[in-house]
Amino acid sequence: MEVLEIARWQFGITTVYHFLFSPLTMGLAVLVAILHTFYYRTNSEHYKRLTKYFGKLFVIIFALGVVTGIVLEFQFGMAWSEYSRFVGDIFGIPLAIEALLAFFLESTFIAVWIFGWGRLPKKIHLASIWLVALGSNLSALWILIANAWMQYPVGYVLNEGRAELADFVAIMLNKQMLVMAQHTIIAAFVTGGLFMLGISAWQILRNNQVEIFGKSARISLIFTAVSSLLVATTGHSQAQHTVQYQPMKMAAMEGLWETEQPASFSMFAIIDQENQVSRREFRLPYMLSILAYNNTTSEVRGMLDLQQEYEETFGPGNYIPPVAIVYWSFRVMVGLGILFILYAFLGLGLWLKDSLEKSRWYLKIGLVMMFMPLLANSLGWIVTEIGRQPWVVYGLMFTRDGVSPNVSGESMLLTTIVFTLVYGALAAVAVYLIHRFAKPGTPEDSDKFLHAY
Amino acid sequence: MEYQIIWFVLIAILFIGYFILEGFDFGVGILLPFISKDDTDRRVVINTIGPFWDANEVWLITAGGAMFAAFPHWYATLFSGFYLPLFVMLLGLILRAVGFEFRSKKSEKWWRRTFDNFIFWGSLIPALLWGVAFTNIVQGLPIGADMNFTGNLLHMLNPYALLGGIVVVLLFVLHGALFLSLRTTDALKERAESLAKKLWIPIAAITAVFAVLGYNNTVLFEGLGLVPGTIPTLAILSFVACFVFIRMKMQGYAFAAMAATILLGTAVIFYGLFPNVMPSSLSPEYSLTIYNASSSQMTLRIMSIVALLFVPVVLAYQGWSYYVFSKRVTRDAIPREDV
Ligand code: HDD
Ligand code: HEM
Ligand code: HEM
Repeated sequence: MEVLEIARWQFGITTVYHFLFSPLTMGLAVLVAILHTFYYRTNSEHYKRLTKYFGKLFVIIFALGVVTGIVLEFQFGMAWSEYSRFVGDIFGIPLAIEALLAFFLESTFIAVWIFGWGRLPKKIHLASIWLVALGSNLSALWILIANAWMQYPVGYVLNEGRAELADFVAIMLNKQMLVMAQHTIIAAFVTGGLFMLGISAWQILRNNQVEIFGKSARISLIFTAVSSLLVATTGHSQAQHTVQYQPMKMAAMEGLWETEQPASFSMFAIIDQENQVSRREFRLPYMLSILAYNNTTSEVRGMLDLQQEYEETFGPGNYIPPVAIVYWSFRVMVGLGILFILYAFLGLGLWLKDSLEKSRWYLKIGLVMMFMPLLANSLGWIVTEIGRQPWVVYGLMFTRDGVSPNVSGESMLLTTIVFTLVYGALAAVAVYLIHRFAKPGTPEDSDKFLHAY
Repeated sequence: MEYQIIWFVLIAILFIGYFILEGFDFGVGILLPFISKDDTDRRVVINTIGPFWDANEVWLITAGGAMFAAFPHWYATLFSGFYLPLFVMLLGLILRAVGFEFRSKKSEKWWRRTFDNFIFWGSLIPALLWGVAFTNIVQGLPIGADMNFTGNLLHMLNPYALLGGIVVVLLFVLHGALFLSLRTTDALKERAESLAKKLWIPIAAITAVFAVLGYNNTVLFEGLGLVPGTIPTLAILSFVACFVFIRMKMQGYAFAAMAATILLGTAVIFYGLFPNVMPSSLSPEYSLTIYNASSSQMTLRIMSIVALLFVPVVLAYQGWSYYVFSKRVTRDAIPREDV
């Protein structure tokens, strides 16, 4: 493998890993803040216990997001120095603002919250967890401004071989970012919601403090139901944006080689990248036109057409991303999204019939369901990032031109292997600890939590 | 004033803030195994920096982000050039953070010892590497015409750079000891105080050797005669003042003087570099300067506005958090083990 391939694997592994934890942090922060608000309002011991219990899990997850985030920020310069030189003028701004605006807020107030039990006026203590929730979601917003710009570059001029800022407001209000931020942040809410629902289900299944965990189950159920609906509608907006601005990605998501009008939606296909066809297809007529344009007549362009057009615009080369992985990642994400909606509304139905706690089968599914958003999140990013290949900045810079020229293959390989191993070990310890602290029947050790260390 | 200069100064300030703040928590992490007599002590020691270390690290993240935005070439050359040292530093920072978060979650001896080791090495190695990295920068690096670093790892690990690493570690240890003397009570406090007292002279001696050798080995003092100049003089004075305060048992002042030493010491480096940011040892033409490494004027202007608006806010609430947690950590405050 050459340096480029390894660098891409490294970036993929480290970001996917970071993004297992950050959506959980973003979603759980809001949920813990909600629990804390209930406690503040009612002064009930139940909500206090819930706040501390989920707070403890939240803190473990938060720590992993933090340590893996620093790696990402360094990685742009370390492994992608040519990319950094090219985009720094623009891309650096949201990154710097993210640190200044969001990371300081989060890291300061999470400490205030953890160490503040019993030491701070109640109102300020409550405010601190809301500031953490604000900070973590703000951080997503800023990083997405950066990412959206590489998906859909706006507000720049090319000068001496690099992209320079021309219109700051355009970058801040990038259309790509607006759809992306909604979808990503709400997906994080689904992630947090199903996590809390799953943990509550676990407790109820073990008959542990059923009354208390029935409350957290209900809160997370409402939260998940609303967000899972919104994640689908925002995803739909995303797709409509993509078909216009990155038609090649959309065609890859659909395994669509030839242009179609009206376009059908592919349910199943075996993608043959080499011969540029999809086999054994099963297609739903009109559906893709509806998905992409909200009507039954519009044309959706296929990869072969687009390839030709890109060659005319950008010169000879291969502009088709790896299709199968994009196609299947997209299908599984959407499938999971639909599943989440069904699951959440089923839960609301059971609640209405007053049999939520008694429906053991439902709770058992919850134990599996809580991990599925992690998969959906990773797959969504795989669609987004692999679907834009061969570009690292769409239409402006190829991924192959972005890699650091002076880092050897050995260094790159060594660091990739070590990061992977360390991350694997970290994940094992974290899962072990979360399991240990979440386990039904662990003694209430709120005092120990007071002293986080 | 030109925006490039403003941003050069701001990045210097971010690194200064980082070294002062993370400096003491690195120092505390390095001292952890030596200054504690039992597990309760170790928990006290960790809790002294508990509410702060993460926010302190954000100074580095912000410095990195600011460098990326204001001087993309500086960021790209530095980070790709120091690929392996930075990788090792990242591992250290990961292990350290995990150590803090996980060590007290179980009471088994092997568990705690493992994570104590993480904290120790995770504090020592990054501190050392910062010293090595900055010494390398002021020594000048083989940077070619395309702004890329062309040397190798062995080049960076030259003896003088390693000495720089050791000096930074030692200064942070002293800084950490002084911090502990402000945040602990009783026996721990006494141990921290006497450690600071014992360490000052050897540390001063090694630092002096490093500084004197710097006349020949670095670009910092070019153009200066034997007279060190104002900032270095102030740095020396504050370091001496630190000693006096330690002797007088005025720990708060001693800590402040140590912070001033780090501030001024870092200022010497940045002042000496100016207007270069990464001097090239191959040819002065290849050096990265605040002009050829910077972003466009518009980016710098917008970033300036953002900094002007938000840096004071950040400083205010960070200061407030230090105020909220200003009480000393006692052994009684650590809950009894009941895991
Ligand atoms: C809980 C997670 C989750 C769920 C259930 C869904 N998504 Fe999603 N999706 C994401 C999490 C996600 C993500 C990880 O957050 C992505 C990656 C980039 C982004 O903006 O969001 C994403 C990207 C993404 C994209 C890629 C846009 C692009 O890069 O061009 C599209 C078109 C959709 N989603 C559409 C959908 C639809 C129609 C869904 C139907 C229910 C859906 N997503 C469910
Ligand atoms: C929002 C901020 C993000 C930015 C700025 C970003 C940027 C990048 C860059 C620079 C690369 C390397 C060049 C390339 O291979 O195209 C890359 C690749 C990649 N990223 Fe992202 N990324 C972001 C988020 C994510 C997330 C959250 C994930 C996954 C959960 C992800 C998954 C990937 C994958 C899988 C690759 C490898 C693609 C390939 O090389 O084929 N990215 N990204
Ligand atoms: C869409 C993609 C991303 C989202 C939504 C996201 C979100 C978050 C969140 C919520 C946190 C704080 C909570 C936690 O640690 O879990 C975090 C931490 C962090 N992230 Fe990401 N992140 C993304 C991608 C990236 C990328 C590409 C970078 C690289 C520049 C990055 C850099 C960081 C850093 C440096 C931290 C640590 C902050 C600290 O020490 O407090 N993130 N991220």
